[in-house]
Amino acid sequence: MSSKTPKSTVSSAGSKRKGKDKKSVTPVHSESVPGPGHPDDIFPLVLTSATQELFGCRADEDVTGESPYKLLRKDDIVQDMKRRAAVSDFSTVKQIVLDYPEEEILLVFDRDFTYGQGFYLVLTPEAKEKILNPPLRSETETSGECEVYKTPEPKLWISLGSEQDIEEESVKESREKLKYKLSRVRRKFGTLVCFSDWNTADAKDGDVECASYSDSRFSIKQMERDCGIQAIPKLQSSSAQTQWKNQKNMCTQYEPRGFSEEEKESLVQSGSLKNFINSVTPRVLQSLQQNEIMDVFLDNWTALGIGAEEFDTGERANNLMVYQAFTDMQYSKDKTISSINWHPTISGVIAVAMTENVSLEQRFNQSTKFLLNPPLILFWCFHDACTPQLLLECPDDVFAFEFCPTDPNIIIGGCMNGQVVLWDISTHVKYLQGSMPRVRKETSNSDAFDFEENRENETPLVRYCAVSAVDSGHKAQITDVQWLPQTFEVTKTGTPVENKNKTCVQAITCSPDCSVMFWDIRVSVNQPATKLKQNVDQKQPVKSYGVPDTFSHLDRSWKPLLKVSLPMIDVNGEYSPLKFSLQDYICDSHTGSNTDAAHLHEDRAEVTPDYSKLQVPSAKTLKSLDDVNTKFFVGTEDGEIVYTDWRLEKDNDSGRLHSAKPLHCFNVHDWWVNTVQRSPFFKDVILTVGGWNFAIWKEGVMDGTIFQSPPSTQVCTAGCWSPSRPAVFFIGKANGNIEVWDLLEKTHDPSQIHNITSTKITCIKPWIFSSKQHFLAVSDDKGMLHILEIPRMLYRPSSDEKLRVRIYLETEVDRLVYFTKRRDVWAEEKKDTEAMELKKKSEPMKSLDYFNEEEQKEYQEYQELETSILKSMGLLPATDNMKEF
Amino acid sequence: MAEVEETLKRIQSQKGVQGIIIVNSEGIPIKTTMDNSSTVQYVGLIHQLVMKARSTLRDLDPQNDLTFLRIRSKKNEIMIAPDKDYFLIVIQNPSD
Repeated sequence: MSSKTPKSTVSSAGSKRKGKDKKSVTPVHSESVPGPGHPDDIFPLVLTSATQELFGCRADEDVTGESPYKLLRKDDIVQDMKRRAAVSDFSTVKQIVLDYPEEEILLVFDRDFTYGQGFYLVLTPEAKEKILNPPLRSETETSGECEVYKTPEPKLWISLGSEQDIEEESVKESREKLKYKLSRVRRKFGTLVCFSDWNTADAKDGDVECASYSDSRFSIKQMERDCGIQAIPKLQSSSAQTQWKNQKNMCTQYEPRGFSEEEKESLVQSGSLKNFINSVTPRVLQSLQQNEIMDVFLDNWTALGIGAEEFDTGERANNLMVYQAFTDMQYSKDKTISSINWHPTISGVIAVAMTENVSLEQRFNQSTKFLLNPPLILFWCFHDACTPQLLLECPDDVFAFEFCPTDPNIIIGGCMNGQVVLWDISTHVKYLQGSMPRVRKETSNSDAFDFEENRENETPLVRYCAVSAVDSGHKAQITDVQWLPQTFEVTKTGTPVENKNKTCVQAITCSPDCSVMFWDIRVSVNQPATKLKQNVDQKQPVKSYGVPDTFSHLDRSWKPLLKVSLPMIDVNGEYSPLKFSLQDYICDSHTGSNTDAAHLHEDRAEVTPDYSKLQVPSAKTLKSLDDVNTKFFVGTEDGEIVYTDWRLEKDNDSGRLHSAKPLHCFNVHDWWVNTVQRSPFFKDVILTVGGWNFAIWKEGVMDGTIFQSPPSTQVCTAGCWSPSRPAVFFIGKANGNIEVWDLLEKTHDPSQIHNITSTKITCIKPWIFSSKQHFLAVSDDKGMLHILEIPRMLYRPSSDEKLRVRIYLETEVDRLVYFTKRRDVWAEEKKDTEAMELKKKSEPMKSLDYFNEEEQKEYQEYQELETSILKSMGLLPATDNMKEF
Repeated sequence: MAEVEETLKRIQSQKGVQGIIIVNSEGIPIKTTMDNSSTVQYVGLIHQLVMKARSTLRDLDPQNDLTFLRIRSKKNEIMIAPDKDYFLIVIQNPSD
């Protein structure tokens, strides 16, 4: 019904909007029905300017954007309508105005043409109220959010103009449907159809073409396209190879510049050098002498060396304190200890050799008794002072024994009957290590001992492995036995050669039968044949159960490798050695090893070699070592110290090898020499103890002793160096005293004397147990072993002690050398004086007359002299003067 | 020549003197009492040290100059007496 007109109004309103001024609002000849877009209770109205003036609501003058409301009286409007009838702008709302209940109607100036016209009339009083007094909405709105949401109640539908849209879009019939009826004669239905060809080109419009055409609507050029873009860092790697033209040195070889000899000569001659030397020398001499006078850089306080802690303890610290004493009722009764040795590796274990304390006669008488009670070597441990830990059975009294330095389970000993004995304690070492406590062990004992063994006697007894052949050993008791260091070995002629196995394989024994013998513990070349022969001859030797067969190749057939005799130098006869000392040799191939101990430790094979497999190599295969010192010191029964070479020399006459004559022999001691020991700090300084005194020697200085003690009242029976202090050594006396000598303190007396026991001291051996504990093992004649603790003062060396001792020894050597020189000079002088005296005596006696004549002559001369003097002095007597005139 | 020898003998006779070297200003040894290799080594090293010491002193005070240099070490003392054209190195082992 309503045609689409609002569009035109909107467009016109739009144009009006553009104008927006006081232009007169052109009246619109459209029916002012409330178009879509405004609520029902207002009516958009157009007012002409005349009407505006009349009602006083001129646009932008009476009513403005800020105050668009104008109340118009109803009566005025009615009057206007009556007066102007159709021309009145209010004619459209005539009915509404007449129906308006109130007196005043609100006219609102719609400046923005929101409802389509310039003004609108509010139709209902409620709306008027609402517009004039807009309710406060702001506060209620915010508080409304906190309110509980209430479901909206159904309200009446308010038309907002949407039904017009729907009406517009809906299809409605605009006219009645037309009906057509088509008919055909009935008889034409169902007849045959005749098809014929028809050319489309014949008739116009015969065909309708529907040609394809390019629709421009579809040829759209894509002006935009969506695509994703991601930014990434731009990576680029490239390489180039350039020619390295920069040269640099790979290596430089140079030698220092020098002058040729002529140039040097010329320079030396030059005057400038002379001047230089002259100017420079005083300064240099002054500085040199300054250094001589005093060392300004020496810190005296630190050079003192000993800290404050030395001075806190008093007397107690200086004494040798008895630490422990070992004796055993069963084994030590009536016996004396001949030799002591500390175990090299197991700390706290010491072995003593017990020998009968009887004279030779008694030995013979009691020989049967000795067979039943074999002599023993006892092993003591610190933790048990009453029972020895291990016993070694000896074939006879052992006077000397030694642990093998490379294998402490091998012990070699020398017996009274001249035999050399070997023990192997490797199976019983566990007793010494203290891992198995010594008490109550029979049940757990899996090692079966000899059946002769007393079961209740818990101390295990080890039999010797091997003894030397009876006829080829020494003829007298063996007094000293030592292992050759493992750095070299000795051939049959005494030449030292290198030792391929890093273990000690040879030992030396000496005995008062005037011989020193070298023994080898390996299988010798001659051995198998003799052994075989022996086996055929004898019955199988009864080997005790439990004896290790380490040395079965040597047993009973052991012969010495080399026998060195000691013929006397001047007279016929031989020296009878008691003790000896040879110089140790440190192998050159081990560089950097300073001490023997370190050397030994690194060389000690993890697996002890099987000695029965080792063969004495032929002398040709081994490299001979020329720098081994084959000379050694021997102390004899008569108190002599002999310095000899063990190498065998070829005798020119017979071509046989025999021992050389000793190089030197000194008769210093008056009785048996019981100790010949090298200092652990200086390998060429030897201490010899014997008789009533002791002496210190330096190898190489063959004029005499460096130091000789004054003879003491007691026999010196034992001696040893201190292992930690170069200047200290201990001397044991026959009255049971131990004297501590300190070379740097005083040399005429011992520093300390301690009485340990009442019988003579037979052996002293020191041992470093730990850095704080140093022990001295002292054995006496009664079979008791005393362990003394060395006080700190005696084992702690001062910082330069070695240097001072060296200096002392050097001064002593100088003194000795000087003394010998002077002695020679005196000897010569004495000879000269004697010769002179002799000459004097042999001259003829002058006669008395001759003497008188001589006197007369002298007297006359004297008289003449007297007169001449008196004459010159004018004192002559008068008679003479007158004579002259 | 004899004078030089005599003076060197005097220095050598002092207690503890281990060696004497006379070096020219370029560092080439002229006369020495030690073996060649030690001499070369000493000279090469000490020459640089003397140059450095001298330049240090001259930098600090241009009117100053080095008259004597003593290097005391644990084992010995090296004394260097420089001059315009030569310098003398003496190595002494103070015995105390």
